[in-house]
Amino acid sequence: MDKVMRMSSEKGVVIFTKSSCCLSYAVQVLFQDLGVNPKIHEIDKDPECREIEKALMRLGCSKPVPAVFIGGKLVGSTNEVMSMHLSSSLVPLVKPYLC
Amino acid sequence: MNSTSTHFVPPRRVGIYEPVHQFGMWGESFKSNIGNGNMNTPNHIIIPNNQKLDNNLSEDTSHGTAGTPHMFDQEASTSRNPDKIQRRLAQNREAARKSRLRKKAYVQQLETSRLKLIQLEQELDRARQQGFYVGNGIDTNSLGFSETMNPGIAAFEMEYGHWVEEQNRQICELRTVLHGHINDIELRLLVENAMKHYFELFRMKSSAAKADVFFVMSGMWRTSAERFFLWIGGFRPSDLLKVLLPHFDILTDQQLLDVCNLKQSCQQAEDALTQGMEKLQHTLADCVAAGQLGEGSYIPQVNSAMERLEALVSFVNQADHLRHETLQQMYRILTTRQAARGLLALGEYFQRLRALSSSWATRHREPT
Repeated sequence: MDKVMRMSSEKGVVIFTKSSCCLSYAVQVLFQDLGVNPKIHEIDKDPECREIEKALMRLGCSKPVPAVFIGGKLVGSTNEVMSMHLSSSLVPLVKPYLC
Repeated sequence: MNSTSTHFVPPRRVGIYEPVHQFGMWGESFKSNIGNGNMNTPNHIIIPNNQKLDNNLSEDTSHGTAGTPHMFDQEASTSRNPDKIQRRLAQNREAARKSRLRKKAYVQQLETSRLKLIQLEQELDRARQQGFYVGNGIDTNSLGFSETMNPGIAAFEMEYGHWVEEQNRQICELRTVLHGHINDIELRLLVENAMKHYFELFRMKSSAAKADVFFVMSGMWRTSAERFFLWIGGFRPSDLLKVLLPHFDILTDQQLLDVCNLKQSCQQAEDALTQGMEKLQHTLADCVAAGQLGEGSYIPQVNSAMERLEALVSFVNQADHLRHETLQQMYRILTTRQAARGLLALGEYFQRLRALSSSWATRHREPT
């Protein structure tokens, strides 16, 4: 979906969330802790929420939110982010986008 | 251990089904062969569900011949026809015979279940004495049986009991081989089994969380000291590292760096999840407190809170994922021998916590 592609490249680190999703919030907190200021898209506030959800799922997310894009590419959801961080592969990825 | 009370195990745990209603079937219409109808009301089959279990089954169960009042009517209608009387008597004898057989089978079942119950209690006492984990539903500090009535949870508790037994066995084995001589290949196998064993626990917890997330969240299946250190339904990954790290002898520079990075990233991930949980708590509290408090109606608030609770399952899964990854990374960073020593240390740490819970629970029972 074009809109999703466009939104996911708006900034170095982009996270699709829902305002009610606390796990999305946890992921957001993690990136902020790393010194990154991610762009947050609360898709439940977007009129095209359902389409965005479907597009994210089609891209390979098991759950629509949280969906993390770094450098315009889909990194994954909470599981992937946590695994990457513990294996020290997340920090190098976000290095170009530190505040 | 001076346990003087017999713990009442809820029937469902050992397969004794409520027999109280069954004795009615022996009150069906048949006539005793003795005399002209001994119309005793159905006697009670005494079910020993609150006595001390000993080897004396109540002898009162051997009676139970009974008739019912309406037999009188049937008798009256057959009094004119001798054949009918004979047939009726034969039917009664047959019914009585069948009833006796059924009762016999039932009593057999009770006997077996009772023996099984005695056996289980003995096992429990033995396990408690050795400081092993004992199922929450039969714990002296149990909050009641409501939690163990969920079949998913009951299954999980049983599985966890076995898990702890296997854990203890693995710890013993690790201790033995590390003090002796073992080649790296065999040691690696032991280490990998130990890791798989932890991962198996996370898988079990995931199923249990689907059955009852509050049960998993509150660590109800764990001993009291373990519960004291609980973080989202289990141990803190950062605690794991704190326990393990002092036990490693020489770490290379690369290992030191990796361990340092792991400590930091683990802490950051943990903090992020903690903050997410706090947000969930606030959201849930707001949900429950919404609208007018004091009006007496709260169905919409409860319903909307129920929807939120689904998120709790995700958090439990994420916390276990973090534990999984922490263990996995430690395994990657360390040598086989170091990993074995680490797993032994970790296992023993939890054993000590369980022993602490046991000691604490029994401290008042010791004669002073």
